[in-house]
Amino acid sequence: MLGLGADLLWADMNRLLAFLFHQGVLDEQFLQLQQLQDETSPNFVSEVVNIYFHESEKLLRNLRALLMEKEFSDYKKMGIHLNQFVGSSSSIGAKRVRNVCVAFRAATEQNNRAGCLRALEMLEHEYCYLKNKLHELFQVK
Amino acid sequence: MDSNSVVSWPRMPENINGFGLKQNQSEEVHVLAVDDSTVDRKVIEHLLKVLACKVTAVDSGLRALQLLGLLDEQKIPSETNGFVGLKVDLIITDYCMPGMTGYELLKRIKESSTFKETPVVIMSSENVLPRIDRCLEEGAEDFIVKPVKLSDVKRLKDYMTTKEVRGELSQEEREGINKRKLLDTSDVSPSSPPSISSSPLPSSLSSVIDSPIRRLKMTNTD
Repeated sequence: MLGLGADLLWADMNRLLAFLFHQGVLDEQFLQLQQLQDETSPNFVSEVVNIYFHESEKLLRNLRALLMEKEFSDYKKMGIHLNQFVGSSSSIGAKRVRNVCVAFRAATEQNNRAGCLRALEMLEHEYCYLKNKLHELFQVK
Repeated sequence: MDSNSVVSWPRMPENINGFGLKQNQSEEVHVLAVDDSTVDRKVIEHLLKVLACKVTAVDSGLRALQLLGLLDEQKIPSETNGFVGLKVDLIITDYCMPGMTGYELLKRIKESSTFKETPVVIMSSENVLPRIDRCLEEGAEDFIVKPVKLSDVKRLKDYMTTKEVRGELSQEEREGINKRKLLDTSDVSPSSPPSISSSPLPSSLSSVIDSPIRRLKMTNTD
């Protein structure tokens, strides 16, 4: 029997989800993933999200390493990393992270180093925020 | 009794039965999914499994060709070529991949004698109309704009099972239907609408949603 405690937790999770949707942090693709979760695959969403975290952190490390190079000029490589990041973010419904990646990509297309640095800061910030919120969400479950 | 040559055993159905190997279940649809993104591979694999498809997911066009036995060095049968006669009902591939693109993979498949009739579907996060047209002209069955949803994959399953019907259509008729299918994605409603409305799109995304297909997709999900 679900006790009051479990009901409150459930309400909390929905509230957090609603908040994340309202803030544009997540979009309907995240809901789509949740709908695919069932008794036969009860951890599907957290599995996908963990793969996403793993990949994203690699991409962020690569992006920072590229930008920090003294003789940096490989905008093309950054663009490739960002394409991957845009794709995976959109696949899990990470809307805000995706949008920052798109803006970052535009800066690489303009060979705008200062713009890229700003975008990277913003991306790291957005990604951290998303990761914290998703961890909260999965803890409540 | 056939010779004990390793070369001949996987090819003949009677050999497969004779060796006690289970024949491929003809009821179960087998899909080969190709995507370099680990996240996307996991998602597409799950989407297909939810629809009771058997899935083999690989991370490159080269691996896909290897599996299909279409790599150049595999044209001559060898002991390592155990995949001749592999039953694949659908190939779904990402467009943008390092090395071999989905388009190049599509061409190789359509050029082969063994798999040219197998439907190939292209996925892409960019809905560039000339790209879509080029893929359809090269023989792609359909084009899905990422992120891939259950409704997209459901649509694929529908025409996978009507192979005979598809075979009777002319190439032109098929292309006409495919293009209408792309524009019709807005008519396919999701199984349950989201209970939370999404916030308005920032203007930086407007260039992405300029294409009619993307606009239709967005309208549907509001």
